[in-house]
Amino acid sequence: MKIDITKYMTTVATFALAGGLAANAAAAETLTVYTAVEAEDLAKYAAAFNSHHPDIEIKWVRDSTGIVTAKLLAEKDNPQADVVWGLAGTSLILLKGEGMLEPYAPNGVKELDPKFVDSEVPPSWVGMDAWVASVCVNIPEAEAAGLPMPASWKDLTKPVYKDQVIMPNPASSGTGFLDVSSWLQMFGEEGGWAYMDGLHANIARYTHSGSKPCKLAAAGEIPIGISFAFRGAKSKAAGAPLEIVVPSEGVGWDMEAAAIIKGTDAMDSAKKLMDFIVTKEANEMYNAGYAVVAYPGVAKPVEHFPEGLVDAMIDNDFDFAAKNRKSILAEWQKRYDSKSEAK
Amino acid sequence: MSGSAPYLRLQGVSKSFGSFTALQDIALDVHEGEFVCFLGPSGCGKTTLLRIIAGLEIQSAGQITQAGVDISALPPSQRDFGIVFQSYALFPNLNVNRNVAYGLENAGSARAATAQRVEELLALVGLPDQGTKYPAQLSGGQQQRVALARALAMSPGLLLLDEPLSALDAQVRGHLRHEIKSLQRRLGVTTIMVTHDQEEALTMADRIVVMDHGVVEQVGTPLEIYREPVSPFVANFIGTMNQLPCEVNGTGGVKLGVLSIACQDHSVESGASAILAIRPEDVIPHGAGARSPGAPDIIETPGNTFDARIEDMEFLGSFFRAELSGQVLGEAHLLADFSINAVRRMGLETGKELTVELPAERVRVYAGTAV
Amino acid sequence: MTDATLNPVSNRGPRARFNLEAWVMRGGIAIAGLFLIVAVILPLYAMLSKSFEDKDGAFIGLTNYVAYFDTPSLSYSISNSLTVSIVATIIVITLAFAYAYAITRTCMRFKGFFRLVALVPILAPSLLPGISFIYMFGKKGFMRELLMGEPIYGFIGIVLGSSFWTFPHALLIMITALSLSDARLYEAAEALRASKLRTFFTVTLPGAKYGVISAIFVVFTLVITDFGVPKVIGGQYSVLATDIYKQVIGQQNFQMGAVVSVMLLIPAVLAFTVDRLVQRRQVALLSARAVPYAPKPSRGRDIGALIFCSVMAGMLLLVLGVAAYASLVKFWPYNLSLGFTHYNFEIMDGGGWGAWFNSMKMAGLTALIGTTLVFTVAYLVEKGQDARFGRVVIQAMAMVPLAVPGMVLGLAYIFFFNNPANPLNGIYATMAILVLSTVAHFYTVAHLTAVTALKQIDGEFESVSSSLKVPFWTTFRRVTVPVCQPAIFSMAVYLFMNAMTTVSAVVFLYSPDTNLASVAVMNMDDAGDIAPAAAMAMMIVYTNLTVVLIYGLLSRLVEKRTQAWRQR
Repeated sequence: MKIDITKYMTTVATFALAGGLAANAAAAETLTVYTAVEAEDLAKYAAAFNSHHPDIEIKWVRDSTGIVTAKLLAEKDNPQADVVWGLAGTSLILLKGEGMLEPYAPNGVKELDPKFVDSEVPPSWVGMDAWVASVCVNIPEAEAAGLPMPASWKDLTKPVYKDQVIMPNPASSGTGFLDVSSWLQMFGEEGGWAYMDGLHANIARYTHSGSKPCKLAAAGEIPIGISFAFRGAKSKAAGAPLEIVVPSEGVGWDMEAAAIIKGTDAMDSAKKLMDFIVTKEANEMYNAGYAVVAYPGVAKPVEHFPEGLVDAMIDNDFDFAAKNRKSILAEWQKRYDSKSEAK
Repeated sequence: MSGSAPYLRLQGVSKSFGSFTALQDIALDVHEGEFVCFLGPSGCGKTTLLRIIAGLEIQSAGQITQAGVDISALPPSQRDFGIVFQSYALFPNLNVNRNVAYGLENAGSARAATAQRVEELLALVGLPDQGTKYPAQLSGGQQQRVALARALAMSPGLLLLDEPLSALDAQVRGHLRHEIKSLQRRLGVTTIMVTHDQEEALTMADRIVVMDHGVVEQVGTPLEIYREPVSPFVANFIGTMNQLPCEVNGTGGVKLGVLSIACQDHSVESGASAILAIRPEDVIPHGAGARSPGAPDIIETPGNTFDARIEDMEFLGSFFRAELSGQVLGEAHLLADFSINAVRRMGLETGKELTVELPAERVRVYAGTAV
Repeated sequence: MTDATLNPVSNRGPRARFNLEAWVMRGGIAIAGLFLIVAVILPLYAMLSKSFEDKDGAFIGLTNYVAYFDTPSLSYSISNSLTVSIVATIIVITLAFAYAYAITRTCMRFKGFFRLVALVPILAPSLLPGISFIYMFGKKGFMRELLMGEPIYGFIGIVLGSSFWTFPHALLIMITALSLSDARLYEAAEALRASKLRTFFTVTLPGAKYGVISAIFVVFTLVITDFGVPKVIGGQYSVLATDIYKQVIGQQNFQMGAVVSVMLLIPAVLAFTVDRLVQRRQVALLSARAVPYAPKPSRGRDIGALIFCSVMAGMLLLVLGVAAYASLVKFWPYNLSLGFTHYNFEIMDGGGWGAWFNSMKMAGLTALIGTTLVFTVAYLVEKGQDARFGRVVIQAMAMVPLAVPGMVLGLAYIFFFNNPANPLNGIYATMAILVLSTVAHFYTVAHLTAVTALKQIDGEFESVSSSLKVPFWTTFRRVTVPVCQPAIFSMAVYLFMNAMTTVSAVVFLYSPDTNLASVAVMNMDDAGDIAPAAAMAMMIVYTNLTVVLIYGLLSRLVEKRTQAWRQR
């Protein structure tokens, strides 16, 4: 951890220095990039890009997936973003449907696994990596509360877990949404909602962001947090007594993807960024936290990642998710939005 | 004085705040070097009138000329006056010197000249060597002198004093009254002072403007105002005045009860009820039964006299004030001031009967009904 | 004489000749009015009208409101908000009254210390108590047993957190109210042999009545409009303030956000109006001849007061201390070694150290611009002689921000300034809009401070100056400002501290370039980075503490140097 921090600090410092120099050297062009990538990775991503294009400054706007999506939709008539780098594929499919994306085939996009690229030519979006749902369990806390280790999603609906589970709110969190969408795909429309009714009874509360449940589990605030594997691995690396559970029914996933927003006034820079996003180098960078990346052959095992995660990934129907996102969220909010209301 | 053109002339000045009329059609001439007092109860409009002269309020109608110039529409900064307020309005964060020099500095007067002028002014108001003190370190009277010095600093043609003494205690007030008056005389600056204190007005003013409900009741020298008040209001506001109900008879006199009384000329038509007014000190005491033949100090011409009884007597230092009842007075009581000598000589005391005279040259008659 | 006869006396008022001073004054008043209209009135109007529109801006009447009340998960928040506000108000008023009573009416020792400590929460954003309570009463909290199994997230957390940060606000009002009482009444009561208890109920309470009422409304309004506490520790207990955020940020449903805003605006405006009406009746009650009450020692009461105040002060300091400690613990609760790792904000959400610098800049600008502006406007309103109507309108508009919750103001600003048709659209997403919104948000209290100070100085300064041919702006600069310097300083500090701690309005208005420390606290907490959130919250506390200390030193220094005139 200590080494990591130092490394980050150095990177940050280098980046800041480089940024400062670049800003002095030339009137750097600024790209406003919307993202849902973990905050601690942003500096690293920008630095990597700037090592090739020091004259383009990236201005990050980061928030949870749902919020970035909602923000982009709200700004439809007056877009503020130039590029989206690291937002749920489902969201980008949705934005494409709204006609908000600028189709562009980045140099080298052919190298990517076609699953990770929009099927239209030229593609409106390109994938980066997949992030996968997981359950973070705090071992000592679970033991203290006398909780058995859950093995499946269905386990989490057992009465023993009452008020012991936290999950992200799908309206704001991409992780939350991919969970909900995967349950609906795995258990069917009716079964999915029935499952969530049961789960809702055990949920202590819903959080705004997808990483928070795992961070809370890591801090012992809750024994079980429904989150995603990357976050669990990071907390484990930081010393949290976590077990990362891959539920036996399979796990939902979504890809992180990138696209150019239609109407950007920095098209050249945006294209340069897109070109970088699909490079092998960039994919290696994604691999630091994501076991599955778009560039074939790059992926190496990630430390602390649960075994069998990749095999457990369901056959995700992105179109279903994107098309029904609005109605799923509406239904979800109607059912569960005010936890206290039931009392 | 009346021959020359007035220094300040007000014509038809009116002021209303919404539906409330604060001043109505005021006309007034003030001559150069004159000290004029606006006297009246609170709310009579005297302060409003002063502020209109200063330009701090704008009249709703009317014209003001100062030194031959129409100043009706000029903002205060373009008029020529110095002003002193009841609150002194000294700048608390500036010392005495800076307060007095405030206007001079702004006018760009040279530093040395300013300092000299400030010194002069402070000497003039009797505060030499106090220049470096702050207002809070001075007494009320001293602060008001500083305010006066500041108001005089620019040698204004007109000095306006807005109740300058009413925040001070009685002794300081008396002293400062005298000083302001003599200073004014020495400088010859035309001065208007607003006050609700009749004593202040009587002692300081060359002329008094008595105001009530936004109109001028009377303008005159202090003596005129005191001796010949034109209305019961003026009479009552300045000094004390008995007001007795009476009826005007055909001869120009009045009937008080059954008694006919000779009085000063008046304009009340005969047969109407009216007010008989006389000051307590003008009532003359005579021995009991002085009207009747055979009494020891019989009055030869017993006009305007009647018998009365002392109901109550109050010692007021230099004289006694007696409350008299009598048949001609009916329900009303008459106040009379008797000198200590008279009281001793005649052995006056509560319950005592006596004869009183209301001298005709002191009896005034006003229209209206006494309350 | 001849002039008078030649010119017939006009029976109309004179038309004032051109007068630079009057025009500057009128211009100033016009600008002030325009400012308040743009900064307060128009945005609120935009917000209100938005609540009657659909997504495309077409007028749809009450449809949004019908939808609101048809969605139980939304309308339920109304009663939630009212419940927490009422409960927190009762708790805070009771405690603050007792605390203020101990400070003003007993001979307890260390009064100065207790008075100071009670003000500590003012230094912190309202997010801070929420964060501290996670460490105190959360699943791994060291005091969780006190809650007897109840979760801190939700009702309990909101009530406790709100009580913490509103306490000083209630206390200040109570101390003023209790200091104002008249000793002669107590002497009368004693002469009439009234018992202590009877005296308390017949003299003390009625005397402090208006203070208590005022404090009730202030606390109620603060709690119901607060966003920080329920955001951090509200769990699933939704309240109106967090609903606005959820609707606007979470779902970008601006119309529904506007509806919820109106729902929040109603109780706030009601509380404000009732308080104003009640306070209006107070004026006649306080006699200028009152003799200040000086308590006599009473052993039992004084010791009781000391114990009570110690406990209260201890709790306030504990909450702050926990946040300070939490920000240093490496990995709560598994690695309790201390370090500054959480202060490495660069790898967190929220904008890193840049957010703190932005906050400093924003607070500094707010203090500087806000104080200048508010004081000048207050001066024009208070001392202006012209444009009576304009001044009355400005005075009324200056009171509006007190009744407008920050969340509502922030949302109103989005609607108004993010409209491409607005010529001021350019300030959207800049530092300028943050400063503007913060000045507007905290306008009223600063304005009242200025007005109070201005009322205390002689009303005739301007008249004297014009008689001395000195323009009013010179007197403003040379006399009014120096005389009001203590009030001006305290306005600046008030604006600075609030700008540092506020989240509610700015949470809708910050941009990636203008991240703020307080918003960073919220965002880090949102992402689950609670320790860094505590660290940033403490940075705000340290900053405010430094500012207060500098203020104390500076005002003492300046007072010595320039306020010599205050000494007799």
